[in-house]
Amino acid sequence: MKPWLLALVLVLATATAWCQTSDPTPLRFHDAAEETRFRGLVTELRCVMCQNQSLADSNAQIAHDLRREVLTLMRQGNSDAQIRDYLVARYGEFVLYKPRVEGKTWLLWFGPALLLLAGGFVVARVVRRHAGNDVSATDDAQEW
Amino acid sequence: MRWLPLAIFAGLAVLLAAGVLLSRRPDRDALPSPLIGKPAPAFSLPVLHEPGRLVSLADLKGAAFVLNVWGSWCPSCRDEHAVITHFAESKRVRVVGYNWKDDRADALRWLEQFGNPYWVVVADQDSRYALDWGIYGAPETFLVDANGVIRWKHVGALTDDIIHDQLLPALAQSEQAR
Repeated sequence: MKPWLLALVLVLATATAWCQTSDPTPLRFHDAAEETRFRGLVTELRCVMCQNQSLADSNAQIAHDLRREVLTLMRQGNSDAQIRDYLVARYGEFVLYKPRVEGKTWLLWFGPALLLLAGGFVVARVVRRHAGNDVSATDDAQEW
Repeated sequence: MRWLPLAIFAGLAVLLAAGVLLSRRPDRDALPSPLIGKPAPAFSLPVLHEPGRLVSLADLKGAAFVLNVWGSWCPSCRDEHAVITHFAESKRVRVVGYNWKDDRADALRWLEQFGNPYWVVVADQDSRYALDWGIYGAPETFLVDANGVIRWKHVGALTDDIIHDQLLPALAQSEQAR
């Protein structure tokens, strides 16, 4: 194996090892409805340690703690929105995979649509300009 | 119109360069704490060396203090230990240890081996208050002012530069504001 490839493999291996710790006691659910609600909630929350994993996927210790906390909060009768607010108050907006629409996130939500509009505008202009020209005449002049 | 593709390319190049430059910060993965400027979450925890005695946030108020989250299981805490020791010995501010998710015997042995720079160490073995503080990985360090407001936070090992460039100015500012 090439040394740089080996180094890469080792780096990636330690990166995953960092996020892997075993959970001593798995969560138990009262019924299927509770489990469905729990799964829905934790897949849209981000793990704060392994930041490219959701709370549902991550095996980091803090993700175990947070999953446990989410279940506890659910059982205390909190709504999904209240649980999200609880985590945002402690770990910031970052824990939400789907950030809320507000002043700070306006560009994030509507930026792509603006880019699409701008692109459409450019395409429309190009098409309109070419529509008036004799297309075959320009083709002959091209060197392929 | 002729220069439009070039302008778009230049725009993209600037965007990508900004992305590369921003991602070069070593602490780019650290989350900005939403707790900064807010009152520190209340806690009441046993002292590591004296489990019968409880220390609460109210006991620490009146002067600023630094809360350093550590555990004997945490390799970066060992790297940080010399820096924290040096800083604590300057006696500029009280440095409180927050022993997190640790075994008491392991924690005591760790302090015996590497030295105990802390003014007091509180033990949160079951992570009862860590979520309230937004702690997600040791080491983490908070600056709490005399009124019990969190002024600054750092995720990851402290260095002399971070203390000098960030912690000390934040401390001076919090003392001026009083």
